[in-house]
Amino acid sequence: MAVKDYLRERYFPHMWCPGCGHGTILNSLIRAVEELQLHKNEIVMVSGIGCSARISGYVDFHSLHTIHGRALTFATGVKLSQPRLKVLVPMGDGDALAIGGNHFIHAARRNIDITAIVMNNRIYGMTGGQFSPLSGPGVKATTAPFTTIDDNFDVVELATAAGASFVARSTAFHVKETTEILKKAIMHKGFSVVELLSQCPTHYGRKNKEGDAASMLDLQKSGTAKIGSKALEKNPALTPRGIFVDTDKPEYCEEYDKIIAHATKENIS
Amino acid sequence: MSENIRFIQGNEACVEGAIYAGIDFFAGYPITPSTEIAEHLARRLPETGGKFIQMEDEIASMCAIIGASLTGKKVMTATSGPGFSLKQEAIGYACMTEIPCVIANVQRGGPSTGNPTHVSQGDINQARWGTHGDHSIIALTASNHQDVFNMTVDAFNMAETYRTPVVLLFDEVVGHMREKLVIPEEGEVEIVSRLRTSLGKGVDYHPYLPREDGRLPMSDFGGEHKYNVTGLFHDMWGFPSNNPKTVNELLRHLVDKIENNVRSITRYKEHFLEDAEYIMVSYGSSARSAIHLAKNRRAKGEKIGVLELQSIWPFPTEMVREKCANAKAVLVVEMNMGQVTAQVKAAVRKPNRVFLANRIDGKLITPADIKRLLRVIQGRGV
Amino acid sequence: MNRVRLVFSGSGGQGVITAAIILAEAAVMYDGKNATQSQSYGAAARGGGTRSDIIISDQEINFPEVRQPNVLVCLTQDAYNTYSSIVRPGGLLLTDTKFVKTTKKVDARQVELPLFEEVMAKIGKPVVFNICVLGALVGITEVIRPKSVMSAVADRVPRDFLELNNEALDLGFTLGAESQ
Repeated sequence: MAVKDYLRERYFPHMWCPGCGHGTILNSLIRAVEELQLHKNEIVMVSGIGCSARISGYVDFHSLHTIHGRALTFATGVKLSQPRLKVLVPMGDGDALAIGGNHFIHAARRNIDITAIVMNNRIYGMTGGQFSPLSGPGVKATTAPFTTIDDNFDVVELATAAGASFVARSTAFHVKETTEILKKAIMHKGFSVVELLSQCPTHYGRKNKEGDAASMLDLQKSGTAKIGSKALEKNPALTPRGIFVDTDKPEYCEEYDKIIAHATKENIS
Repeated sequence: MSENIRFIQGNEACVEGAIYAGIDFFAGYPITPSTEIAEHLARRLPETGGKFIQMEDEIASMCAIIGASLTGKKVMTATSGPGFSLKQEAIGYACMTEIPCVIANVQRGGPSTGNPTHVSQGDINQARWGTHGDHSIIALTASNHQDVFNMTVDAFNMAETYRTPVVLLFDEVVGHMREKLVIPEEGEVEIVSRLRTSLGKGVDYHPYLPREDGRLPMSDFGGEHKYNVTGLFHDMWGFPSNNPKTVNELLRHLVDKIENNVRSITRYKEHFLEDAEYIMVSYGSSARSAIHLAKNRRAKGEKIGVLELQSIWPFPTEMVREKCANAKAVLVVEMNMGQVTAQVKAAVRKPNRVFLANRIDGKLITPADIKRLLRVIQGRGV
Repeated sequence: MNRVRLVFSGSGGQGVITAAIILAEAAVMYDGKNATQSQSYGAAARGGGTRSDIIISDQEINFPEVRQPNVLVCLTQDAYNTYSSIVRPGGLLLTDTKFVKTTKKVDARQVELPLFEEVMAKIGKPVVFNICVLGALVGITEVIRPKSVMSAVADRVPRDFLELNNEALDLGFTLGAESQ
C-alpha cells in the first residue's frame, strides 16, 4: 500500500502550524507501518489532548482521541480486552509526563504491549506556550516569563527505571532513523517508549531564540549524537539518540492469559 | 440446597448481576465500601475467560473500561464517593462518545474522605451533574440483594440500549449486609446484547448517525470499520467539528435519547400505596426502614405506604406526581440533606406538603426516626 | 418462631462474625428461611469490639438492625457491659464463664457455659471456640436445626479442618442442651 492509503485525506489540511515537527513524525510513523505491512484494521491509535494528540484523526486506523493525560489508560483497556490489536499511543510531553505521568510509569511497570511515542517539543503548544515537565530550567514560556526554575525529566531514564522493555530516542530531523526505531518499537513485545524530539517554532523557538523551524531542526542535528558514536564520546553533553533498552520481559496480556488458563482449570477441577 | 440460592453481601449480588448480564471486563481501584466487587470479580472473571485489571488509580480504571468497551466488551468499574469524583471527567467522555459502560458507586459518607465505613446517600446529585457540561445520564439503585442483582442486569442492558454510562447508586448498608439472593435461570431475565452494525466491508459506516429508532449501531475496534472517537463535538463520522449545527444537534441528541425515554427507564416498587394517605418516597437502604415502618403502621390501621424509587435519573417526575396525587403528605426518606426531596417537591402539585426525613450521621435511618417526624406531620404531637 | 433477632458480640479474632455468618447462612440455605446479617467494627462497637446483628424470619426482613435481641451472645466483659441491657426482656443471654462475669441486673435468662475451657480441654484448639459457641446456641434454643448448622459449617470450613469443627459443634451442642 502507498503511504497515502494510511491517511484520512478528507481531514487535511492538518491543524499543525507551519514548521511544526509533528507532521514529520506522522510521516515517519506511517512509513514504519507501511514498511511493516501492517493491516490497518489491526491498528488502534489512542491519543490524549494537545497538538500531538490530533495525529490520531489523520490516520486511517481505529482511532481514539481521549482526554488529557489518560491515553495510556484507555489504551490499556483496548489492549487487554483485545490483545491481537497493535496499539500505538502518541503523546505530547505534557500529556505523557505531567498530567499523565502516573499512567506512564504504571504502563511501563506492567510491560503491557503498547507503543508509546512521546513527541517532545518541550512546550504546551495548544494552549499557547506554557512550560512542560520536559522544558528544563532556563526556558522562557508564557507561564515562566523570567525563565523556568524546575528541572526536567529524562524520558529515557524514567521509562527505563519504570520497567519499559524497549526505550529509544530520535528526532524529527532524523526521519529515516525514526522510521527504523518505530518499526522496532511496534514489533517489540512489551511496553515500548520512543521519545522523539520535535520542534515548536511558534511557541518555543520564538521565545527562546532558537529561530525558525529550519534552525531548530539544525539544533536537533547538532545537539544530538548516536549512542556509541565518536561525536558523543567527544562531547558527552550532546543528547544521545538510539535504542537504549531492548529486553525480553513477561508481557502483561500474555501473563493474564496464564491467569485465565489457571482459573479455568481450577474451575473445572 | 438449591444451586441458585446464595447468602451473600450486596456487593457480591452486584457481581452476580454483572456476570449474569455478561460482563467481560472490569477495571478498578480499591475503595471502601465497594472493594468486595473488585475482589470477587478478580476471581470470577478469569474463570469465564473475562479480564480483570487493578489500575493505578480511579481515573485509569474508568478510562480502561471505556477502551475495553470499544472492542465490543461489556464493562464495569466500581467505586465510592472520592473515587466517583475522580472518575467524572471520563464519565463525561463516555457520555459524549456514547460508549456503553456501568459504574457502581457504593455510597459512603462525604464530602471528601468523609465516613468510609458508614452509610450515606449523598451522591445523588453528583451522579446527575458530577461531570461538566450538559448531558443526561441513567442512575439506578436498590434496597435489597434481589434488586441489586436485577438493577445491575438492567444497568448493563440500558448501557447497551441507550449507548451511555449507567450509574448504580448503592450504599454501604446494602453493599455490606448479607442476605438471600436467588439467581435466575439462564434466559429468565432478558439480556440486551451490543447492537452492532450490519454494514459489511467496503460500505461507509457512520458511527454517529442514529437509525430511525434513535439507536446507533456500533462497530468493534479491530473490526472491519475504522472510525474516529473523540470527546470533542463531532460529526457523523466521529470527526471533530465546531459547526454550530453539528454541536447543537449532538448535544440535543445526547440529552433527548435519555430524557425522551423516561417512561421506559423508570423502575420503582409500590408498598401499600393503593389507598395511602401518607406516602414515604425512599430508595436504597433507607427504603428498608420506610417499608418496615409502613408495615407496622398498616397493622395498626394507618393508611400509609411507600413509593420505592429504583431509577433516580432521569428522575421519574410524572410517575411520582401520579402516585402522590392523593396523598395528604409526602415524606422523603433519605440519608442526605434532601437531594431527592428537591426532585419530589418539583414533581408534585403541593410541594409544601413534601417533608424530608433524613439521617446524615453515618447511621442507617431507623423506623423510629421516621415515625417521630411522621407523627408531627400527622398532627399527632412530638 | 416467626422472627428471631440475635446479636453476637465479642472482640476481633474470636470468630464472632464468622459464627454469625454461618448461623444466618444455615437459616437461608438449609432451613428455607430469610435472614440478614450485618456487622460493625471498631469504634462503632467500642473497645475494639465486634458486633454482628442477625435476623432470621419466615417473612421478608426490611430494617436489618437489631434493637432488642431475643438472643444475645457476649464473649468479652466489654461486650457484656455494653450490650447486656439491650436484650429483650425474657430473652436469652449466653456468655462464656472464662471471659464474662455476669450480674443479676439483667432481665433475661442468662446461660453461662465454660465453652472455652471445654474446647481447650477436649479439643485443644482455640480457633474452633466460635463454632462451639454456635453449637451451644443451637443446643439451647430452637432457632434453627442443628443439622443445618452442620451443613453450613461444612460449606465454609476447609475440608482438612471439618472434623475439628464438627467436634467443636457437637461439644457446644451437648453443653448447651445439658444446661436446659
